[in-house]
Amino acid sequence: MKLYGKYFAMHLKALMEYKTSFLLTCIGQFLVSFNVFLGMHFMFRRFSNVQGFTYNEVLLCFGITLMEFSLAESVARGFDTFDSMIRQGEFDRVLVRPRNEILQVLGNRIEFSRVGRILQAAAMFIYGFSVSQVRWNFGKIIAVLFMLVGGTVVFTGIFLIYAALCFFTIEGLEFVNIFTDGAREYGKYPVSIYGKRMLLICTFVVPYALIQYYPLLYLLDRGKPYYLFLPLAACLFFLPCFLLWKLGVKHYTSAGS
Amino acid sequence: MKKYIAFFRLRFSMGLQYRTAAFAGIITQFAWASMEILMFRAFYQADADSFPMTFEATCAYVWMQQAFLALFMAWMMENEIFDSIVNGNIAYELCRPINIYNMWFSRSLANRIAKAVLRCFPILLVAAFLPAPYGLMLPASPAAFCLFLFTLLAGVGVTVAFCMLIYMVSFFTISPAGIRMVAVSVVEFFSGATIPLPFFPERLRRIFELLPFASMQNIPLRIYSGDLSGEPMRRAILIQVFWLLTLIGIGKLLDAAAMKKITVQGG
Repeated sequence: MKLYGKYFAMHLKALMEYKTSFLLTCIGQFLVSFNVFLGMHFMFRRFSNVQGFTYNEVLLCFGITLMEFSLAESVARGFDTFDSMIRQGEFDRVLVRPRNEILQVLGNRIEFSRVGRILQAAAMFIYGFSVSQVRWNFGKIIAVLFMLVGGTVVFTGIFLIYAALCFFTIEGLEFVNIFTDGAREYGKYPVSIYGKRMLLICTFVVPYALIQYYPLLYLLDRGKPYYLFLPLAACLFFLPCFLLWKLGVKHYTSAGS
Repeated sequence: MKKYIAFFRLRFSMGLQYRTAAFAGIITQFAWASMEILMFRAFYQADADSFPMTFEATCAYVWMQQAFLALFMAWMMENEIFDSIVNGNIAYELCRPINIYNMWFSRSLANRIAKAVLRCFPILLVAAFLPAPYGLMLPASPAAFCLFLFTLLAGVGVTVAFCMLIYMVSFFTISPAGIRMVAVSVVEFFSGATIPLPFFPERLRRIFELLPFASMQNIPLRIYSGDLSGEPMRRAILIQVFWLLTLIGIGKLLDAAAMKKITVQGG
């Protein structure tokens, strides 16, 4: 953890050398995700509800999902460039050091320009809460915390899968984006609106529904009480991801010089 | 002119080399389109009367949008160009007896078209065989199809001409990352990439349709499904041609200004 802190400080110092560019990139990041919000806003100007969810409820869902994703992203986006790390043989250097590999890979690249997105996520999160007509109680606050934890873990798991697959393919696989950026993009609406089959997939294959749809129902007083704990169950998803990563490390043969 | 056609051909055949990337892209875009259509279906089921296009036309719009993604996505700008401006390699290009604007224009055009050619057919083919409301419908009429092809090309032209403006501006600002991101999100929103323009409220839509961004993907994709036809279509095409010429004109002016005061970076 101390090591991660050092990596963090290092990247921050490097970045402060280019302040204007940093600021503009932040604004850009902010605008990109703001588009999604505007898109939703105008859809709901036309339609009053979608599959029984009102605008306010969808906003709450969007805020929470975006927050989950942004948290995971700020931790684990370092995996994004992992394919180039493998191709250039930099991973060898990681392996010979007596520290955890994952930590080193993540520390290699920390992007502060994501700050724009995190700020936007935080803004959406707060806005979603303020307009939602949820009657808050202790259980619901716990549910939101569980959602944030579960969501971060699930998305981090997917980033980890992406990196682990690079061990086998050397190249980064673009289609994994469906599960990361795609999930952020389409996670703005509760999973159930995409139909029953999609809901089943998102429950049992990749547990998006467990961190989004079910606990959301709980917040809106429409779900069963045990929905509260489903985000924690979603954390189990991390286990196979981690095993895949371990398998990848074992399988790793160096490339590059 | 011949030089630029040569550039176009070179880039085009280079673009065709990346087949694995194209395959991955196809899967991604297919999944993306399916989700988008499922989302619109949910809204359609919620309130069919408020739906501004027919559901079929919406699906066709989404499929075409994904199939021709490479033609219209503003974020697919060329990093090589930005890099050459930032690290000074631009000097080599300036030594050549060619016009920078024309060369980059033909190059970007070739890149986009090559990418789209590789990716569009599998997506269109599969989409055409999907069951009725969800798949890709046939074009509204043979005439609509011809106009679709024409406006598709003009639309790519507008997109590339707009990207050229960004390249030209980076001559003056040096660090292009920020302005690029801002420009990209503006294009995404106003061109109908976030949600198709008909879904916006009437008054906003009228304004949006006058902007150059509406001349990118909005026009060809809606002509195909017959959502845009008759008098409004003629007007839209006129606007599109106007913007194509105007953007190229502004780009050329910027190009001339940049060439006068260019500082080459790096050593």
